[in-house]
Amino acid sequence: MSLGDTLKPFSAWKHLFKEPLSVKKPLTERPGADRYRGFHKNEIDKCIGCGTCEDICQNAAIDLVPVEGIDTKEGDSGLRPQIDYGRCCWCALCVDVCTTNSLTLSNEYTWIEEDADKFRFIPGADNKSWDHNEKGWKKPENNYEFYALERVEMQERHAEERVQSFIEIIKGYSKEKAQEEADRCVACGICTATCPAHMGIPEYIKAIREDDMEEGLRVLYETNPLPEICGRICTHKCETVCAVGHKGDPLSIRWLKRYIADQVSLDKYKEILGSDGIENNGKKIAIIGSGPAGLSAAHYLSLMGYSCTIFEKLPEPGGMMRYGIPEYRLPYDQIDKDIKYIESLGVKIQCNTDIGKDITLAQLEKDYDAVFAGTGLHLGRSTRIPGTEHENVYMAADLLREITMGKEIHVAEKIVVIGGGNVAMDITRSLARKQKEIYGKVQVITTSLESEDIMPADREEIVESREEGAIINPGWGPQSIEIQDGKVKGLHVTKCLSVFDESGRFSPKFDEAQKDFFEGDMVVESIGQGADMSYISEEYKDKLEYNERGRVVVNKEFQSSIPWLFLGGDIIQGPDVIHGIANGHKAAIGIDNFLRDK
Amino acid sequence: MSKKDKNKLFNWGDDRSLFPENNPDGSIDIDLSSHKFVKVWHGPQHPGITGNMSLELTILGDEVMEGRTHVGYLHRGFEKLMERRKYIQCFPIVCRVAVPEPDFNEYCFASAMEELTGIDVPETAQWLRNLVLEMSRLQSFQMWIGGMAGALGSGIVGQWANYCRDSVLDRFEELTGGRIYHMYIIPGGVRGLLPDGFKQRMEQDLKMIESFMKDIETVMFNNAVFKKRTVGMGYIDPLWVDQFGITGPNARAAGVLRDVRIEYPYLKYEELNIEPVMGKDSDIYTRADVRRRELLQTIDLIRQILAKMPNDGDIRAKTPNVLHWKVPEGETYKRAECTRGEYGYYMVSDGSEYPRRINVRGPSYTHAVALLEKMIVNTNISDVAGLMVSLHTYPPEIER
Ligand SMILES: Cc1cc2nc3c(=O)[nH]c(=O)nc-3n(C[C@H](O)[C@H](O)[C@H](O)COP(=O)(O)OP(=O)(O)OC[C@H]3O[C@@H](n4cnc5c(N)ncnc54)[C@H](O)[C@@H]3O)c2cc1C
Ligand code: SF4
Ligand code: SF4
Repeated sequence: MSLGDTLKPFSAWKHLFKEPLSVKKPLTERPGADRYRGFHKNEIDKCIGCGTCEDICQNAAIDLVPVEGIDTKEGDSGLRPQIDYGRCCWCALCVDVCTTNSLTLSNEYTWIEEDADKFRFIPGADNKSWDHNEKGWKKPENNYEFYALERVEMQERHAEERVQSFIEIIKGYSKEKAQEEADRCVACGICTATCPAHMGIPEYIKAIREDDMEEGLRVLYETNPLPEICGRICTHKCETVCAVGHKGDPLSIRWLKRYIADQVSLDKYKEILGSDGIENNGKKIAIIGSGPAGLSAAHYLSLMGYSCTIFEKLPEPGGMMRYGIPEYRLPYDQIDKDIKYIESLGVKIQCNTDIGKDITLAQLEKDYDAVFAGTGLHLGRSTRIPGTEHENVYMAADLLREITMGKEIHVAEKIVVIGGGNVAMDITRSLARKQKEIYGKVQVITTSLESEDIMPADREEIVESREEGAIINPGWGPQSIEIQDGKVKGLHVTKCLSVFDESGRFSPKFDEAQKDFFEGDMVVESIGQGADMSYISEEYKDKLEYNERGRVVVNKEFQSSIPWLFLGGDIIQGPDVIHGIANGHKAAIGIDNFLRDK
Repeated sequence: MSKKDKNKLFNWGDDRSLFPENNPDGSIDIDLSSHKFVKVWHGPQHPGITGNMSLELTILGDEVMEGRTHVGYLHRGFEKLMERRKYIQCFPIVCRVAVPEPDFNEYCFASAMEELTGIDVPETAQWLRNLVLEMSRLQSFQMWIGGMAGALGSGIVGQWANYCRDSVLDRFEELTGGRIYHMYIIPGGVRGLLPDGFKQRMEQDLKMIESFMKDIETVMFNNAVFKKRTVGMGYIDPLWVDQFGITGPNARAAGVLRDVRIEYPYLKYEELNIEPVMGKDSDIYTRADVRRRELLQTIDLIRQILAKMPNDGDIRAKTPNVLHWKVPEGETYKRAECTRGEYGYYMVSDGSEYPRRINVRGPSYTHAVALLEKMIVNTNISDVAGLMVSLHTYPPEIER
């Protein structure tokens, strides 16, 4: 210790003459840093109310609540996050995980209020002074993601290989890949709300993550008795609304469903699903048509104890799933697997039986307690342009049916297909395979009224058709079929400028100056199908109600104005398999409600 | 009582004759009914206590005969809480375990998860982690200097140190979005690159802090009062280092090297030039001086990191979806050198989405409970605060 030790400390006095260091907040404004985690903001129109923010919040500070002016619709729960600042710790995990990037934090950090309840607010809906503050926390960039944005790639057969035969294109996920894909799910359930059958999608995806296939199968069968089929060809409305799809690729929900079904062998189904020993209630139900609607109704009815008999006009059950959808998308053995399980519940399927001809509806009324009709759309529609009456002009649905039946069909060297939907792609690609087999090369040209951007077919169908050698040339209106010496020579077309008018009605406009001719020895029309309801004989027709589109009117449980007659599937709603399944399930409940107390 | 005896009571000097006899194990029998002893609660509301903790002191005259550390004022139970939280939900919790140094918690927690899951953190993120750990050391030492000076009656040093600390918190705010709870080192990486102009602003701060540190050295370390109250006080025997598990500056001031950064390098320490800061005398003064020098070393490390680190790159590895991140079954212990020594997270996973057990090893448990209770015996009650601060303890990490 020295004298210095006594004197030196006094040097602190020099600071007396310096600027004070303290900050005079609130006298001097001190804005938070650009990244500051301050008060919440939410772009209320961008937010989809998925609730992922609510899930991650460890403080349970977030509740999803209804907001005036925001309606529930497909892909939007209609709810919005409400945040309780009595609980929030401003970790911003909710921001980082937000599936739409709608949620951010401002850099505002002072808020004075007398009423403590005011600190529970709905960002974006309750106006706040910081709503338009650009600064504050946003989800970081530079590959900072809380879940993988890219879909796990699906192994597919190469175009070269697949056009050689009708072998299935999609190979399916391995366990590792399925789990990786399942991991991307945020389990928000927006998909469940949108799926016509309201499948427990997050639950079965969770089962994949946990590698519990039995649980997965149980979840599937709660709402869908055709998982092998739907896992392959479902129109997957769920994927269109998937919350993960807002920032990245939507989950491969369809392939994941298929993964579960593929893992379990049929002989285990009954045990896993606990469907043995269901007591028969003595009531009998007749089902017309073995498409998804009929099969679904039969499945759920038999679980409830009803004896069901399905009457099917065609030689094998499955409806359009078997006789429409080509084998390369949906192999027959997979259809068989789903149907065999339904049969194992005691459902009788009587094929080659045409209701209306072989058995009348009146007979069914007499012999059964209720009837469900899911007869589908099997009559091809024609453009009725000149030349369509020629024998080498076909309907897609007829050809597809004959291909399934193994019949020899006429396959020309050059073919023109009219239609821009998925059925047109199916017949294009089926005929391409046939041409490849017979002529060694593909010469199909498919044309549609719609231009490519509004073609109703799925994008991948268009891409894959092209890969297989077909020419897709959209945006043309068919005018006439050229016939020379009694032979089809091709299709005359005119440029189509627009398909719908301002009010969205079908009203195509053409540019007469632009014409083209597509050469072909055969033309196939694929512009839609209609219903054949001739089995409903006159005595019943009058008792039914019809809507402006000529469809039978049914109530929410698919019951018609003839109380014992229920209808569903394509003839009522859709057209796709999952609507058929959902209709069949609801109708089964409706039938049970109708018969339970009788 | 004679005048002479009275004197003795208030000024023990070297005459220990009135002291109770030591038992063979060194302890003494405290008989409160003898009226010789007084129980004093030092804390939890006491400016000389470091945070929410209290010391139950038994004094004889003004000399402490026995001291017991009491925690439990924070009512937290974070370790238990984490067993009921998904891993990602523990992320906003861990920073609260040691409030003044959240980053070591964030780092140990994240790296334990990453090790068990088998995730490599991107290079840029590793540098950024290293940066915030050193920034955290810098601001925490500033807080400590203020406390140390304050405990011995010098308010002005506390003002300066807090100003320095605030400037580091400004940098934290712009980098991490928060001043105190940074929540920046997230499992898989970090939550942001350096903002534009960060390095320049940091350098300005470092210069300013260096200048203040010179003042602090003059005013605090070359100060007769400070020296009188610290030199030769609060001796830690080097033998105790292993007996008690003493780490960090407390061990290094006793001449024993305990520095995780040097002994078990992690992040980028191997690429940095870092020499252990050591002391010899093992008293309060030496410990303070070790920390002062370590603070200056931290300034140097921050400069090295800013010079070496990449400016761009991925900041987070691809991890499982955080909403259902299952850490594979296993256990690990990850450690880092915080200002007070070895900080560690022991993590046990049963393979589920929730941690089975997380145990936080904060150096304060050793230093503020076991060690302090030993060292406090026979100190003058007026030195208790100084002794305690010289061990640099944070009660929150004792009570997890
Ligand atoms: C080519 C093509 C591809 C398609 N691709 C897909 C796809 O990828 N995904 C998708 O979801 N949907 C697809 N669909 C639509 C889907 O197949 C139908 O929406 C679905 O099969 C309709 O189910 P349903 O039960 O209403 O009728 P259907 O499946 O049409 O079944 C009706 C059944 O009733 C039988 N039937 C009719 N009348 C009688 C009668 N009088 N007596 C006895 N039996 C009768 C029919 O023979 C038929 O088997 C496709 C359709 C076609 C044509
Ligand atoms: S995560 Fe985002 S999109 Fe989903 S509810 Fe929360 S704020 Fe809305
Ligand atoms: S900032 Fe953190 S605590 Fe606050 S609402 Fe979001 S997730 Fe919950």
